[in-house]
Amino acid sequence: MRVPTTRILWLAALLAALAFPFLTDNLYFLSIVITAFITAIAVYGLNVLVGETGQLSLAHAGFFGIGAYTAGILAVRFDLSFWLALPTAVAVTAFLGFLVGMVALRTRGDYFAIFTLGVGVVITGILDLWEGVTGGTDGLIGVPPPTRIGPLTFESLEAQYYLYLFCLALTILAVRNLSRSLVGRTLLAIRNDEHLAEAIGINVGRTKRLSFTISTSLAGFAGALYAPFLGYLGPSVSGLVMMFNMLLYLMIGGAASLAGPLVGTLLLMAATQGLLAFEEYQLLILGPLLVLSIIFAPTGIAGLVNRIGQRLSDRKTKPGPSAAPSSPSPKNRARPSHAPPHAEAGN
Amino acid sequence: MLLRTQKLGIDFGGLKAVDAVDLVIGAGAVTAIIGPNGAGKSTLFNLLNGFHKPTSGRIFFEGDDITGLPSHRIARRGISRTFQTTRLFPTASALENVLIGYRMHTRTNLWDAILRTPRARREEAECRDRAMRVLEFVGIPELAPLPVGSLPQEAQKRVAIALALVSQPKLLLLDEPAAGVNANETAALAELIRYIVSSGTTVCLVEHKMRMVMALADTIIVLNHGQKIAEGPPDQICSDPAVIEAYLGGRRDA
Amino acid sequence: MTLFFQQLVNGIALGSIYGLVALGLTLVYGVLKIPNFAHGALYMVGAYITFVAAVVYGMGYIGAIAVAVIVLAGIGVALERVVFNPLRHAPRLHSMIAALGVLLFLEAGAQLAWGAEFRRLPSPFSGTVVLFGLPVATQRLLVIVAAVAVMIGLSLFLKRTTTGAAIEAMAQDRAGALLVGIDTRKIAMLTFAISAALAAFAAALVAPLNLISPTMGEAVNLKAFVIIILGGMGSIPGAVVGGYLLALVEVLGGTYISSSFSQLIAFAVLVVVLAFRPTGLFTRGV
Ligand SMILES: Nc1ncnc2c1ncn2[C@@H]1O[C@H](COP(=O)(O)OP(=O)(O)OP(=O)(O)O)[C@@H](O)[C@H]1O
Ligand SMILES: [Mg+2]
Repeated sequence: MRVPTTRILWLAALLAALAFPFLTDNLYFLSIVITAFITAIAVYGLNVLVGETGQLSLAHAGFFGIGAYTAGILAVRFDLSFWLALPTAVAVTAFLGFLVGMVALRTRGDYFAIFTLGVGVVITGILDLWEGVTGGTDGLIGVPPPTRIGPLTFESLEAQYYLYLFCLALTILAVRNLSRSLVGRTLLAIRNDEHLAEAIGINVGRTKRLSFTISTSLAGFAGALYAPFLGYLGPSVSGLVMMFNMLLYLMIGGAASLAGPLVGTLLLMAATQGLLAFEEYQLLILGPLLVLSIIFAPTGIAGLVNRIGQRLSDRKTKPGPSAAPSSPSPKNRARPSHAPPHAEAGN
Repeated sequence: MLLRTQKLGIDFGGLKAVDAVDLVIGAGAVTAIIGPNGAGKSTLFNLLNGFHKPTSGRIFFEGDDITGLPSHRIARRGISRTFQTTRLFPTASALENVLIGYRMHTRTNLWDAILRTPRARREEAECRDRAMRVLEFVGIPELAPLPVGSLPQEAQKRVAIALALVSQPKLLLLDEPAAGVNANETAALAELIRYIVSSGTTVCLVEHKMRMVMALADTIIVLNHGQKIAEGPPDQICSDPAVIEAYLGGRRDA
Repeated sequence: MTLFFQQLVNGIALGSIYGLVALGLTLVYGVLKIPNFAHGALYMVGAYITFVAAVVYGMGYIGAIAVAVIVLAGIGVALERVVFNPLRHAPRLHSMIAALGVLLFLEAGAQLAWGAEFRRLPSPFSGTVVLFGLPVATQRLLVIVAAVAVMIGLSLFLKRTTTGAAIEAMAQDRAGALLVGIDTRKIAMLTFAISAALAAFAAALVAPLNLISPTMGEAVNLKAFVIIILGGMGSIPGAVVGGYLLALVEVLGGTYISSSFSQLIAFAVLVVVLAFRPTGLFTRGV
């Protein structure tokens, strides 16, 4: 019963997104929504790794920066067309992601988070210090907007809007298929319990590397879209604040859900536009917001909506005697146990 | 002879949790491993399925040396196991918990998944189908759609066994399958184990409930302080002075 | 030779700071198993409190240090109560993300309160003393002596008092500690208080030597993590030894190889160590 409802919601969201440029001629709004679309792509990538595989990487913004700078540098210094720069940037990021993953994923849990924190710091440091290539602290200026392809041109912001919307839709479709597939279930099995996953024949190391590479590819994809849209880049695109924002969007929207990353990103980016004047101080509100949401709503907005939906449908089916008598009622469903991920191999 | 170990041992920083154990698991039989708490039974399982690398000795499965292979490779060769504490995914349904156990026989890769190729769809359906059949086999088909966390202990144990069985292992290692369930349920689980063996899967189990062990086992192996102190058919083990000494000396409930 | 001696002193002074910061981090990790990503931010806030107390309120340096230590101990307790205690049964991932939230909150707060520009605490001991016939900055000597005194004090506290022993017991095994009647709630708060106070003390000692800014904690934070991975997460002697080791390598490497290289050393160490020993250098049975 819930499947058609969610499908209707997704269709409605798509229609609204398609209609949006006709409803407003405020280019500022439009550009905010575009930024949110691009960021959401990166957050979907983060979701594959953090939400579905349960590995907290703090280097995600770093890979977003690598994608952005690769695309930007190819366009600015090598005059490469957007349509060549984009796949190249994704490939470069995916490859670097694969290499980093090989080393980083030898560690687990806390060590992995600390290691990737270091990777993120180093990536930002390189973007900052390698002035000849990246433009250093001044940044990379004059990244051209997406070039034409066939009959399509992207000079107007509206045209760019549809391009980025298309990329987002493609991403959502891909991660939807992924997370519902056996591959997605394999990731979830690892998040649930690495030892159990190994015991049922899953190559945990290889699967984690796959997940890491998928997630960095999406970060690189988003970054490569971000550079031509914004037109300039600074080392802060890969910084700690960016990393924090992505985690915030993911956790507030709802990790390991399909709608979560999109909802979280759109909602929070829209909400924080009002705080733009105090950009530096946004974190004064967002930091505690993240902490509160993790304490009180660890499943995010998507989780809350899901629970409400479930309660409604439970209520609807209650009068029916159809439920098997032996099956326990869903009400005394045990609370989800938070087994520590590091329970030792014994027992 | 399905599995054989040769002077198998592991040393945890001075503590010999398993010490030079020679054991043989015959095909089609039930081998039980007993011993006081901390004797090294679970550690022995962890060695057999590759969680721990042994510090000495070798393991042979179907005649091949599998010592030092990673767990997932050992699982693919046909050794499956359950854990002393259930490690299922509590919010997922029983069916969803079990179907991933068939993953090792499928070949869906990233591109199949993203593009939803015919292979991805076919293998997904196959996994569901297998999982459903195994849930029927272990006697709980009606619980398939329910979240595992909401099920009673005994049903959770059955789901865990189903997960271990769905990959069609040759050898099934059960670590205390009847811990934490009442007498009736224990008898029912013993019945299930007998059914598993009769369908052609070799079973090796660790268990403290002696009545169950005596009724099920063809061979009993007794561990104490990591060492094998006795081995034989149930009636012989009952009267073995070394075994009695180990249990009484340890003063642990059996 | 003079250069070498001076760099050696600089390295030991820096190592004293690293050691103090890493000690706090490793204590919290040992006792509560939380990698506290906000630890560097506590260090930063400690530096600002010292600055404000000394410059704005005109307190003496020693008084300012005391204020910073007390305020930060309070902040540490508050963090434990408000953020980490509610998350103690949640997946590990959640405490780590929450710690990041705290980190950015503190940085933004510092920026709002004190601005983004660099501050400098005028050094109360600007002179030099002669040691073995060679000149040494008094402040550096003070850093070394004070830090070593605090480290010794801390280890005596952990070894000789019941409360300290309880902290160590909890670092070994929290569930067991609960069984033998240790008040784990109190110990958790105390550990956070000590950890934050150590960070504040380190920051106050180094404040006259370094510039103060809202992001000054980020690099120190990463280095402290490298140190405790080197020394074994949760190990107290490991944090001290690792701190001095990293600082010496950094200072000497910076002098004799290249100064931009010195900033990368910590990370290079992290990569190399974790690539070969994914569970750290000195981990007891995993
Ligand atoms: N990963 C490990 N590191 C260090 N010591 C371990 C490890 N795993 C088990 N041990 C130790 O090895 C010994 C044997 O433990 P094991 O869990 O195998 O006992 P067991 O026979 O299964 O006991 P029980 O009946 O209580 O389940 C114990 O002393 C235990 O503390
Ligand atoms: Mg056991």
